[in-house]
Amino acid sequence: MKTLLVIAGGRFRSATLGIILGITVVAAGSLPHPAEAAKTALVLGMNIEPAGLDPTVAAPVAVGQVTWQNIFEGLVTIDRGGRVVPQLAESWTIARDGLTYRFNLRQGVRFHDGEPFDAGTARFALDRARGAASVNPQKRFFAAIQSIETPDPATLVLHLSQPAGNLLYWLAWPAASMVGTRSADSDKTAPVGTGPFKFSSWTKGDRVELVRNPDYWNASLKVPLDHVTFRFIGDPQAEVAALRSGDVDAFPEFAAPELMGSFAGDPDLVTVIGNTELKVVAGVNNRRKPFNDKRVRQALMMAIDRPALITGAWSGYGTAIGSHYTPNDRGYLDLTGVLPYDPDKAKALLSEAGYPDGFSFTIKVPQMTYATRTAEVMQAMFAQIGVTMTIEPTEFPAKWVHDVFTEHDFDMTIVAHAEPMDIDIYARDPYYFGYRNPAFDALIRQIDETTDATAQDRIYGEAQKILASDVPALPLFVMPKLGVWQRKLQGLWPDEPIPSNVLADVNWQP
Amino acid sequence: MPRSAALSEPAAGRAADRAGHRAPASRVWLRHPPLALGALITVALAAIALLSLVWTPVSPARMQIAFRLQAPLARGLLGTDQFGRDVLSMLMAGAWNSLSIAASAVAIGTAIGTLAGVAGAARRGLIEAALMRGCDVLFAVPPILSAMMLDAFLGPGRRGAIVAIAVFMVPVFARVTGSAARQIWARDYILAARGAGKGATLITIEHVLPNIANPIIVQVAIQLGLAILTEAGLSFLGLGMPPPTPTWGRMLADAQTYLGVAPWLAIVPGCAIVVTVLGFNLLGDGLRDLLDPRAGGRRGLSLPALEPPQTPDRGAP
Repeated sequence: MKTLLVIAGGRFRSATLGIILGITVVAAGSLPHPAEAAKTALVLGMNIEPAGLDPTVAAPVAVGQVTWQNIFEGLVTIDRGGRVVPQLAESWTIARDGLTYRFNLRQGVRFHDGEPFDAGTARFALDRARGAASVNPQKRFFAAIQSIETPDPATLVLHLSQPAGNLLYWLAWPAASMVGTRSADSDKTAPVGTGPFKFSSWTKGDRVELVRNPDYWNASLKVPLDHVTFRFIGDPQAEVAALRSGDVDAFPEFAAPELMGSFAGDPDLVTVIGNTELKVVAGVNNRRKPFNDKRVRQALMMAIDRPALITGAWSGYGTAIGSHYTPNDRGYLDLTGVLPYDPDKAKALLSEAGYPDGFSFTIKVPQMTYATRTAEVMQAMFAQIGVTMTIEPTEFPAKWVHDVFTEHDFDMTIVAHAEPMDIDIYARDPYYFGYRNPAFDALIRQIDETTDATAQDRIYGEAQKILASDVPALPLFVMPKLGVWQRKLQGLWPDEPIPSNVLADVNWQP
Repeated sequence: MPRSAALSEPAAGRAADRAGHRAPASRVWLRHPPLALGALITVALAAIALLSLVWTPVSPARMQIAFRLQAPLARGLLGTDQFGRDVLSMLMAGAWNSLSIAASAVAIGTAIGTLAGVAGAARRGLIEAALMRGCDVLFAVPPILSAMMLDAFLGPGRRGAIVAIAVFMVPVFARVTGSAARQIWARDYILAARGAGKGATLITIEHVLPNIANPIIVQVAIQLGLAILTEAGLSFLGLGMPPPTPTWGRMLADAQTYLGVAPWLAIVPGCAIVVTVLGFNLLGDGLRDLLDPRAGGRRGLSLPALEPPQTPDRGAP
């Protein structure tokens, strides 16, 4: 009923708008035209409002999607291709044993409140992230750091207790953002960083506003936008209405794939389908029978027709994956063919494992649309090999985290793993999958001990292969990044190597 | 006098069969069109629900993703949903789900509520006060809210939904039967029955219940409609029967974002709910008219004639 009303309202509004616009156009036609200047304001829509604005103290990706690279910057950053590039650190050297990182910091950088950025600030930010009292969502990133030295204001030296091959990549994350000593405590509500935009205001439940930072350190970068508004709209129908009416210029992560088709033929809007790092994975409790039998897991995997599942659950947008790795990630292998859709073979495997008549189990499904729809399709696919799956809705995050993540009280679940390059979760103990494989653990250790990128990529390949045939969790698909924005808007990232909305070089064409 | 009256009363007490209501069946339908329409809808729905147990055009859980979002008549009478399931089959199976849950819940609510109502009326005093105030408390909690709490406690599923809906049916029936029963207890023939040495339980069974049957029947029909609506609400919120069992509420919830591309997915279950609730309401109103032609107002408790028919006082000299 609510939706119907919204739609009716939208139509009425656009009709009214049409009339008003018509009158305006007629009136404007008789006036002399001023030279058309390119717009410098952007209204960007998001589905979820962040609970705070400090990415170094809270996990939700929405925090970084507002602040990372706009307000906050890191020693290093990730570019649109997913590569680690210098930012507040101009250059660095890594000792041969991988235990010492020496960063040469950029000079003349100031926080929005005037505090200068130097080695002392960087050390403060890292100590805050790794300290005993830290609530940093990625605290483990900094676990390898044993001590931090600041020989001079332009040099930062990290001493590690053990090699951490991914440290540079981790330092690029929102969670490793550089924060000021004076402003760190209030960043949650009034963030102060070194980025190209300054925080202006936050109207809870509605919008966050940023303005251009006139004193941005990178003088070579002419930031085209001078005003950015993040608007939070949760209902897909309302998102469509906002885009159509021009209330919102861009929805980089549109939430309803089934409505993407409705933008076809719109002269003002473009749709851009990219990749994210969100791996939709049906996690299996490897501690429990019958899932402790590899053949059972393989049979379940072979019962799933991934392309059909993507069509049913996400309107065909998304890329099938064969392990816990996305096409964005370095060293990616397409392993969807290792256990392809083959119900007959799946049945044979089940018989071999001692379940000729199938079995029954329960799946705990969070309420997110992608999860509920995926579960329903999987239920129908499992039924074809005689396996009965009961769907138990499980409220996310509180109940899901308690049942699945903490208590490990589940048979199967579905969740999208948002963190890039997190294949190491299968080596963690304890972790909710309950997967133990010494060979896999050894590979993950090797990655940490290697600083050579090519060698790392090869090891990542081996790790992917193990997961693809062992299926400790059933890899399903990578969520697409469904972007919808104004045709004249340029510079938004089509892909999402890390959840973000990087706006420094977004601009309007005249 | 009292003794002789007591002799005549049992017959009078069951007096729903008054002369005015012995019209031929066909005339009853014609004189009460809402009743006829309500009964027709209800019977048709029950028939569809029962049919779905043995036959639907396609298995309602069968997904044919290649044929997703087909318009009505393009594939199946009512088209297919986002998974390529047949909407007509889902609607039929959903009818069984809705009706069986609603009927079970109302049956439980009626049984417990009536028991509480007549017990309170028979005992009065502290017991009645406790029962009725307890009902007031239950009544004060919004139905969907109490249903959600119970559902979360019992876990989603048929049992949870039935109990959740039954719980808020209890005070409704307790109030209706309680106030009706109190009026009966004030009658002379009850006094006579007491004089004859009958206990409260026997009087309740022999005299009170038969005389308050009509308002209960009317209330059952109306509450069935409400129960269907609540069940749909619960499953809309994801608290009803879990998939793959189709429910009208979930069909409606799933259809939300497809409204722009596949409006029939929302219209079909929406209409089903409207028609069903309308059917039960018409049935309830029609029954009220039929069983109590003197009750003018639409709302409020209406009772069948409580006056015993005039019988010759055989004990008179």
